[in-house]
Amino acid sequence: MGMTYVQKLLARACGKKKIAVGDILELPVDLAMSHENAALVINQFKDIFQGTGRDARVWDPQRIAIIFDHRVPAESSKTATNHKKTREFVAQQGISKFHDVRGDVGGICHQILPENGYVRPGQVLVGTDSHTTTHGALGAFAFGIGATEMAAVWALGSILNVEAPGTIKVVVNGELPPSVYPKDLILHLVGLLSAEGANFKVIEFHGEVIRNMTTSGRLVLCNMAVEAGATAGVVPPDDETIRYLREEAGVKDELDLFTADADAVYDRVVEIDANVLDPQIACPHTVDNVKSISGLVGKKINQIVVGSCTNGRLDDIEIVARTLKGKHVAEGTRMLVFPASWRIYSEALEAGYLRDLIKAGAVVCNPGCGPCLGIHQGALGDNEVALATTNRNFKGRMGNPGAEVYLCSPAVAAASALSGVISDPREVH
Amino acid sequence: MTKGKVVLKLDDDISTDIIYPGRFMATVLPTETPQFAFADDKEFNQALKDQKVPPGSFIVAGDNFGCGSSREQAASCIKGYEITVIARNFARIFLQNSINVGLQMIICPKIEAGMNDELEVGDEEVLNLTSGQSFAIEPLPKARQAIIDAGGLIPYTRRLLIERGV
Repeated sequence: MGMTYVQKLLARACGKKKIAVGDILELPVDLAMSHENAALVINQFKDIFQGTGRDARVWDPQRIAIIFDHRVPAESSKTATNHKKTREFVAQQGISKFHDVRGDVGGICHQILPENGYVRPGQVLVGTDSHTTTHGALGAFAFGIGATEMAAVWALGSILNVEAPGTIKVVVNGELPPSVYPKDLILHLVGLLSAEGANFKVIEFHGEVIRNMTTSGRLVLCNMAVEAGATAGVVPPDDETIRYLREEAGVKDELDLFTADADAVYDRVVEIDANVLDPQIACPHTVDNVKSISGLVGKKINQIVVGSCTNGRLDDIEIVARTLKGKHVAEGTRMLVFPASWRIYSEALEAGYLRDLIKAGAVVCNPGCGPCLGIHQGALGDNEVALATTNRNFKGRMGNPGAEVYLCSPAVAAASALSGVISDPREVH
Repeated sequence: MTKGKVVLKLDDDISTDIIYPGRFMATVLPTETPQFAFADDKEFNQALKDQKVPPGSFIVAGDNFGCGSSREQAASCIKGYEITVIARNFARIFLQNSINVGLQMIICPKIEAGMNDELEVGDEEVLNLTSGQSFAIEPLPKARQAIIDAGGLIPYTRRLLIERGV
C-alpha cells in the first residue's frame, strides 16, 4: 500500500519507513515563519525559559523567518512598539530571514517566502498564520500554528504532537475556460467541500489543469485550502516547481523531489471538470457560500479590493491593469490595489500596470495584509459592500460587522470595477 | 464535575474574526486580550467586561468553532474569563491553541443546549440539566491530553527542554 505525498514527506522528515494516518509525530522544522504576531511568540518564548537557568536562545536563527506585513507602515504606536521589540529580538538572536518595512525586501509573508527561495519541496514549514498552507504549492508540508506553539518550535526546533493527516485527492481535468482562473477553481472547491470539509486533512492537487498551471496559480489554490479547513494544501513538485525555484526564486542548491505513490490511499477523491467552470463568487459571510457569478451580476459594489497573499501577484495585477487601461473605475466605486510584495510592485511599476491602474482611478497601496482583515486601510462603512480578490469574507472581516464582503478572481474584480456592479468578465472585452 | 449556565449560544463556522476581531490584533498579551472578546457582539462583550458572566459558564457552538485565522488571541480572550467552550467540533488551529493556552474546551458532537440552560460536565458526557438530555464527549488524543495535564504548552515545553538538556 503506497503513501500520499505528505505521508512520504513525513516519513522522510522522521526517518521512518511508513506513516499511517493518525500517527502522532514530532517533526523537525525546516522553516518557522512569523509576522507581527512574533511579538506574542517572543513573549511566550521567554516564558518557556523562565526558571530553567538558561538563556532564551532560538534553536536555529537561520531557520526562522520574520516578515512585517500585517500593519505596515505601523498604523499605531502600539504596532510600532511591537515592531521595535521584534527588531531588537531579531538582532539579539541573529535571525537571518528578517523582512522589515522596506521597499527593497518587504512584502506579504506568503509571497516573501516563495520569491526569496526559502520554500523547498519536502520541507516541514510552520507559520503563525493560517494561510501558511500557501507554501504547499512548492511541495512543502506547510501549516498554520498559534504563537505559543511557535514559541515551542523556536525553543525545540521541532513541532510536537502532529497527527499524520489523511488526504483528499483533488483531480482537476480539462482546461480552465477563458476568464476563469485558479481563484474560481479554489472557490468552487471550497463550496464543494464546505468550510469544514477538509478539517484535519491535506488537500493534494492533481490533474492536467494543475500540471499546466504556473506556480502563481498553485499558490492561490494552496493558500485557500485552509478555507475548507485543510491542515495543508499541496501540489506534488514537477517541472514547473523546478522552473519557478530556479528562475524566479534563485534557488541553486539540489532539490529533494518525490511524488505520491500511484497506489496511495486517500480519504476521498474529488474530480473536477474545469471545462464547465464559471467565474465563482463567495458570498457573505462564509467562504463556502459559493455561487456561480450569473445570479449575482448587477449587485452594487462600493469598494473593490485587489491584492493580498491570495491574488496580489504580477499576473493578477496584469489582468486588472489590462482590463482597466484607458478606462475608468465607475463613479461611486472605490478601487484599492495592494501588490503582494515590493518586488511585484516594482515589476508592475516597470510594466506600466500601476500607471494604468492609477489613471483609471484605482488607489495603489503599499504591499501588506491590512485591507484584507480590516486592520490597516480600506475599512468599509456601515452597510457597504466590497468585492475582493482576498481570501475571507467573515462578518467584520474588513473592519465593519455591518458590511458585506464578496470574494472573486482578479478578472471579476476588474470587470466589476468598470461598471460598479458585479460583472461577468466574459462579457467585458 | 463542573456546573454552569450557557451564556452564549452560537451556530456553525464561528470564525476567529467573530471571537476576536482583526482590528484588535495588535493587542497580544493574554492579560490584555479578554477586553476584546466577541467585541462586535456589544451586549455580550459588555457583560463579560462588567463581570456579569461567572467563571465556569459555557459557550455552546455548532461545527467548526474557531475557523479562520491562527490568532491565539481568540483562545486567550475566552480563557481570561474562565469560560468553557463546548462545540460539536473545532477548527484545527483553534483546538490546538486552546490546549496550548489552557482554555477549557469540550468536543461534544451531538450537543444540544439553549441560552441559559444549566449544564453539568462529567468525564464522559455533558448533561443538560434543563432538558434532561445527556451528550457524549469525544476524548482528545492522548498526546494532547498530556499538554493539558502539564498546564499548557509553556510548562510542557519547559519540562522537555530540561529533560532533553537542549
